[in-house]
Amino acid sequence: MRWMWIDRVVELVPRERLVSIKHVSRAEEHLHEHFAATPTRRPMPVMPACLIIEGMAQSAGILVGHAEGFREKVVLAKVSKAILEREALPGDTLRYTARIQQMSDMGAATRGKVELISHAAPDEPAEPVQIGQIDLMFSHLDQNMAGAAFPEHNFVFSEGFHTLLRTSGVEMPA
Amino acid sequence: MDRSEVFEKVRDVLVDALAVDEDEVTPEATITGDLGAESIDILDISFKLEQEFGFKIGQGELFPEGVMQDPEFVQEGKVTDKGIATLRETLPHFDFAKLDADRRVETVGQIFTVEALVNFCEHKLQTA
Repeated sequence: MRWMWIDRVVELVPRERLVSIKHVSRAEEHLHEHFAATPTRRPMPVMPACLIIEGMAQSAGILVGHAEGFREKVVLAKVSKAILEREALPGDTLRYTARIQQMSDMGAATRGKVELISHAAPDEPAEPVQIGQIDLMFSHLDQNMAGAAFPEHNFVFSEGFHTLLRTSGVEMPA
Repeated sequence: MDRSEVFEKVRDVLVDALAVDEDEVTPEATITGDLGAESIDILDISFKLEQEFGFKIGQGELFPEGVMQDPEFVQEGKVTDKGIATLRETLPHFDFAKLDADRRVETVGQIFTVEALVNFCEHKLQTA
């Protein structure tokens, strides 16, 4: 199964926006190495920024794919902008809001907001705080300008995506 | 909107889309060569121009698509007469003098300049 970097889709407004969440868990092995202790530093587990970008790419990719009934092979083609101002630690929740800015037969441009919900204070409600912006470009692979051919089977939206959508209660488009 | 205003907007779009410096965006600079645009950047530029100027850009309207892969238009690495005629018709904002003199496919990238993009936008604005 493809590595999924979001836990649940919590809102989907077709062709407009998708909101998803990702819980950062200490059980995720990559956090043990990112960053491991050095002779001069204690271990510092933080969610890798590249995987936060991947989480946004999966969120925005589902939004773009959903718009065309998952018929297009939607691939991440460009990270136009990625700004992250704070680290996500084990126990934090990341919330991704992806919006379609523009879309054509060729692909789509999305704008993304990354929020952090820190559960540090037990008697206060955890409020989301914006920690970043990730803007992306997606290409519809079969419409690429080079005219290259790809397998008919939609390998982008694999079983992992379908399971994620089904367990999030998202109806598949007709 | 006069030509210098159109140029400034085009320059801002290119700086944003390609992460280049303002002073790199000269009228003679080529989009795919000097400014390093890849195919997805053409779509990005196209989206950003639409937003900036408020017109719509059709598929293949800004830069040739498919023409360079078509054996009728390109033979032995050179653009055929029919290829040139098709490019002239679909891309009136290009200056074809260079391609007339040197028919190699690589030359097509050399005539896709910032100036060609400004011509394209001016033309779109006039016909909108």
